[in-house]
Amino acid sequence: MPDVQALVNEFLFKLKNGEILKIEGSHATARQTAILLRSVISQQRIPHTHQAAALIDAVKAVGEQLVAANPVELAVGNIVRRVLHIIREEDLSLTTVAMAGLNVSPVSDDEGETDQDDHPVLSAAAVAAASRNTLRPPSLQTLLEDLPDSTAIPHTSSSGGDSDGKSKSADKSTRSRKLKHDVIEALNELIGDIDTCHEQIAEQAVEHIHQNEVILTLGSSRTVLEFLCAAKEKKRSFRVFIAEGAPRYQGHLLAKELVARGLQTTLITDSAVFAMISRVNMVIVGAHAVMANGGVIAPVGLNMVALAAQRHAVPFVVLAGSHKLCPLYPHNPEVLLNELRSPSELLDFGEFSDCMDFGSGTGSPLLHVVNPTFDYVPPKLVSLFITDTGGHNPSYVYRLIADYYSNDDLVLQRKPAPTN
Amino acid sequence: MGAPKKAPARAVSDDPEDLASVPLQAVLLADSFATRFRPITLERPKVLLPLVNLPMIEYTLAWLESAGVEEVFLFCCAHAKQVISYLENSQWYAQPKFKVTTIESHNSVSAGDALRLIYERNVIHGDFVLISGDTLSNMSLMRALQEHKERKKKDSNAVMTMVIQRSKPSPITQQSRLGTDGLFMAIDPTTKQLLYYEENTNHLKGTLSIDKMLLVDNSSITLRNDIQDCYIDICSPEVLSLFTDNFDYQHLRRHFMKGLLVDDIMGYKIFTHEIHSSYAARVDNYRGYDTISKDIIQRWTYPLVPDVLSLGNSATNLERQGMYRAFEIGQSRSAQIGPHTVIGTNTTIGSNTKITNSVVGKNCAIGSNVLIEGSYVWDNVTIEDGCELRHAIVCDGVIMKSGSVLKPGVVLSFKVVIGQNFVVPPYSKVSLLKQPTKQDSDEELEYADNDSDTLDPATRTMDKLNGDSSLEFSEMQDHVSSELGYGGAGYIWSICEGSHEEEWRHSVAPIPPEKVAEITQVIEDDLELVSQDSNAPASSGELKPDTQINAEDDAVYFEKEVEATFLRAVNENVEVDHVILEVNSLRLSYNMQAADCAGAIFHSMMKLALDATHSSQNELLRNVHETVNTWQKLLKSYLPGKDEEIEVILKFEEICLESVRELSPLFTQILHLLYEKDIITEEAIEDWESEKKDADEADRVFVKQAEIFLKWLREAEEDDEEDDE
Repeated sequence: MPDVQALVNEFLFKLKNGEILKIEGSHATARQTAILLRSVISQQRIPHTHQAAALIDAVKAVGEQLVAANPVELAVGNIVRRVLHIIREEDLSLTTVAMAGLNVSPVSDDEGETDQDDHPVLSAAAVAAASRNTLRPPSLQTLLEDLPDSTAIPHTSSSGGDSDGKSKSADKSTRSRKLKHDVIEALNELIGDIDTCHEQIAEQAVEHIHQNEVILTLGSSRTVLEFLCAAKEKKRSFRVFIAEGAPRYQGHLLAKELVARGLQTTLITDSAVFAMISRVNMVIVGAHAVMANGGVIAPVGLNMVALAAQRHAVPFVVLAGSHKLCPLYPHNPEVLLNELRSPSELLDFGEFSDCMDFGSGTGSPLLHVVNPTFDYVPPKLVSLFITDTGGHNPSYVYRLIADYYSNDDLVLQRKPAPTN
Repeated sequence: MGAPKKAPARAVSDDPEDLASVPLQAVLLADSFATRFRPITLERPKVLLPLVNLPMIEYTLAWLESAGVEEVFLFCCAHAKQVISYLENSQWYAQPKFKVTTIESHNSVSAGDALRLIYERNVIHGDFVLISGDTLSNMSLMRALQEHKERKKKDSNAVMTMVIQRSKPSPITQQSRLGTDGLFMAIDPTTKQLLYYEENTNHLKGTLSIDKMLLVDNSSITLRNDIQDCYIDICSPEVLSLFTDNFDYQHLRRHFMKGLLVDDIMGYKIFTHEIHSSYAARVDNYRGYDTISKDIIQRWTYPLVPDVLSLGNSATNLERQGMYRAFEIGQSRSAQIGPHTVIGTNTTIGSNTKITNSVVGKNCAIGSNVLIEGSYVWDNVTIEDGCELRHAIVCDGVIMKSGSVLKPGVVLSFKVVIGQNFVVPPYSKVSLLKQPTKQDSDEELEYADNDSDTLDPATRTMDKLNGDSSLEFSEMQDHVSSELGYGGAGYIWSICEGSHEEEWRHSVAPIPPEKVAEITQVIEDDLELVSQDSNAPASSGELKPDTQINAEDDAVYFEKEVEATFLRAVNENVEVDHVILEVNSLRLSYNMQAADCAGAIFHSMMKLALDATHSSQNELLRNVHETVNTWQKLLKSYLPGKDEEIEVILKFEEICLESVRELSPLFTQILHLLYEKDIITEEAIEDWESEKKDADEADRVFVKQAEIFLKWLREAEEDDEEDDE
């Protein structure tokens, strides 16, 4: 346990000081969170009863700290919730396997029973397989699409008529080991998913970018970069307009990268977006987080781009890995889910220091600099989400979220602090 | 998000290789060795005073940790126990990769002593960061450190890199935003070497003298007064041994830096590192406390801001217009909480209360109809209904009874009780402790009683108070109930002499308008003086464009100065050579010509002659004779040519006409005398005459008077010419 605590502390420190160290993007954060939780789970001793509950408590305890360390980095909370969901599901599937023929309800020894469905539950293998290309069973889409073969197993499988009590007690040790094993297996899948999410998204590029189109983007996002490059590799020829993304000017970096890969690139100021939008065929941008209502928390300036796109009926496409899907609803998003950064990105302190001399005048500051990191783009302005599982409509996001998270885990923070 | 990791990541990855060999160390002085924050610092060390609801040392440690420092030696002296027990209860001892070691001392009275002690401990092995516990910053150390190391490689005498930041001083008070005195630096623009460092520039009245060797030795030099010293220094280990070798070094800047820059014995050099996009500042006084608090609220110190940096469970929310509110507060619906305000956890606020530009700590109870404006209210404070606070600092546990008023600049120390409807006058400092009666006049020594070993009586009382003190407390309450209204407890500290005038400079309150007007007036006067005093190039930037108008006045001043010099010379029998020197320097500083000097000296001589006792014209003439005899050498030294001589004659005329009418009948005689003494040549007299030819009758009075003399002169000349033939 002390090792884990050290790891947790280190990661907490990184999260807190993410700005100073300049390490994180939400992708890297998501990955590191998953890896950290994996080691938390693997180090966690599991009691004989309530194994799942023990695991869930452990993950929740760590997760709470992580979320508190940097509440704005929503990816952390997303991954914690997904891990919790995985534990619940694995436990549920194990229980269903153990108690064949019985319904879900008699599973009394864990908290997983409140899981959203009385639908058939997948086994670990099935979950892993399913999560690769498609969605969990309860979604309409999955039902319509052809299910992987293995999905059939848990629903119908009945492992015989051994009496419950006996098998349970005999099974205990193997089951606990199995639960942990399965969870870690599923976590590895999750990490793999996060690792490959860029490629998964980029694979769909050719379907969306057509010959001789003009694409507009703002700021910089690795997902967007790979998406564009994938289209380029498929011999599509198109042009990219990049709004520079003041005040951090990450668009400059993106322009550099794109030019290095031989793409025709035009760099414009943010304020020129409205002037250029009529020549644009499609807006493709990255996101910081996708909220449950289909709204997007995105780098500052994107709301303006989205409005411009809507005005000229240009499709506004948001690329987001599934780790960016956040099960929360945005209340007061401009303030609560935003991060106000230092005014020094806008102003030179030395030059403006006389405006902040509180010794003279009334002593109250007259100059107030607001430097938000994010914009909130409401769902009605988004035409399409492209995630690693395919393209989705904003109104469909809540279903996606129901697949990835269980309702119990939505609130992580406000619980009374657990003893750890 | 996430894409542009490459560039910074590479920059970071390079450095650790360099730094890996020696862990980066820091020396944190958790004692300011100053008394600016009295009376508060009598009861709690400065580094533990809350700055926007977090002890100052939290900011310093958080920065050191995030900047990659791995080992911190925390030097504590005053109230060392409090600092140590605070750290024990904090998270800092438990951090991996960030080791905090405390060094306790009871007899250090200055930063110099502290560094000497650390040198004795022999714990510093490489370059280290020297910082005091009241400094906060968000700068990245990497660049500064790298620069320092590279310089050190090239030149082993580069022992220190100090961090500076641009910040304009206030045009009115000449002090910086942080309330410190104006700072003047000379820096070599190419190497960034610090060549000159002068604090207190506002006492110098706009003039500054720099050793001319600075200009000789350096091909280029930048003089700057818009610099703020961040008090973050990157030092080589030599710095510690320097302190040990020079045991009289006490103050880091005043002694150590001066020693290195001025004495220049060891050839050690100090360099500067200017930060542009990040923030660094030190809380030096109440004004700085106010300014830095506002900077934090305005997020210049990001990520060291209340909503990111929160202790324990007290999460804070940032809302619109720079409002930070903890989650659990009880706020009445009708309370107005204005912009740029921080409210701590478990604080309750009554109805119709108005709070703007203020910081309120944890567990405070604020009644209704209270007005809090620009104030800093710490933890567990009770403010009853109808109180008014403007630009005040209110420490932990203070109780303000209903209707009491704090005027701007008031500081209430711990647990003071203000009686009902009592109005605390502006700039007063109130404490439960009596003001130490014995005030060391020398500021250098004042911190002696900051030391917990040599407790002065007041501090001892405090210790008792902290223990079980109900008895003494009530006793005290009886004593002072009159001083702070009915039911009040505490002493109003009398403002000690000398600093009286400075109170407004360093308080949290903005400078009152009448003071501003006063200073502006003084500055204008100063400017005039400066322009009269000198046309020295250093201050020429501040000169008003209308210097020409002042030229007249200048001449008058100059004449007076010369006269004073001359009279002193007469009275004290100063040698003529010395007088010449003095007059020369006057001439340079007023930018005058030799002719002006001659005129002025002649004027003084005549005055002297006149002032000597005389009853008749003859006696007066004799006086003039004597004076001219004695001082002819002086006068002659300013008469290199004809023009100057003419000037003297013109001056003489002027004197006779205006100031000293008594001399006018003697004009011809004196002129003759001057001619005889070879002070004035005949050519000069002739030129004077010809110059006057076209003038008015009035102007020609003296020419007429001297007609006989002139005639004689001309004849003599002709005779001479004849003789020559």
